[in-house]
Amino acid sequence: MFKAKIFVSLKQSVLDPQGQVITNALHSQGFDSVVETRVSKYFELLINTMDIEKAEEEVKNICDKVLANPNTESWKYELEGVK
Amino acid sequence: MSKIRFNVLTFPGSNCDHDSYWIPTIRGNNAEFIWHKDSYLKDPDVIIIPGGFSYGDYLRCGAIAKFSPIMQEVIKFANKGGLVIGICNGFQILTESGLLPGALMMNKHLQFICKHQYISVESTDTPFTNLYEKKQVIDIPIAHKEGSYYIDNEGLKSLQDNDQIVFRYCNEHGQIDLEANPNGAIDNIAGIVNQKRNVLGMMPHPERASESIVSSQDGKTLFASIEKWVKERL
Repeated sequence: MFKAKIFVSLKQSVLDPQGQVITNALHSQGFDSVVETRVSKYFELLINTMDIEKAEEEVKNICDKVLANPNTESWKYELEGVK
Repeated sequence: MSKIRFNVLTFPGSNCDHDSYWIPTIRGNNAEFIWHKDSYLKDPDVIIIPGGFSYGDYLRCGAIAKFSPIMQEVIKFANKGGLVIGICNGFQILTESGLLPGALMMNKHLQFICKHQYISVESTDTPFTNLYEKKQVIDIPIAHKEGSYYIDNEGLKSLQDNDQIVFRYCNEHGQIDLEANPNGAIDNIAGIVNQKRNVLGMMPHPERASESIVSSQDGKTLFASIEKWVKERL
């Protein structure tokens, strides 16, 4: 099996109001070095196949069709083998 | 003459389905509820996808609803030219399903808003707004946290060029500016139609402003427009 670690993030061109509020909160706590915060979603999927190419194709399809909205979000993933 | 037939979808978490059923009914039309697991429609002239929190808004608002059996039938119906109106969560479902362009994002100020809102009727060339005056200012309640309409620049230009922007947020004098924008929607967009003009999505709730016991009745004209349009074609 493979574990897919998937990050879905708002595209850079899309406003992230939650991220802005978090940046403001960080500044209020003295973390002045922070210039920007972007909030993402993180998914872990267990994929039942031994074939890494098949797992990759499956994950790409899942991201495009379900986990991300292509209008506003981009995605990236890592695969790791699990027993 | 036969009655106009409204089909109102119900998903787990829909909470405006009864209002969306009630208003067409008291106006003398036929209305039917359609459960999300159903795989057939009940011969509609018009489909309403109501407000609420379908499937708990899990993943993204409207994202799970688009995979429901009934939505596949709605997509076929819309592609054949059938009238579909998505209100609030219904608008989110329509964008997720690809029946309308763009997406609804979290409100810029991160708050849930529930209040009366003035909107300007920007296009009367639709089955849903043909009895309004162009630029008419109407008062229709809004109630959402994820209603900030977003589309990229190219998409926005296409909406503008094709007269697809039907409603814009404005003040009581019809002024459309940042101050009158409740949620950060791009170009103050409150509602759009598709290019074929048979699918409308809007964040404001016309079904909450369509009978005499409530303070605004400005939504009545939307239902009257739909009825006129359908009757002319029956």
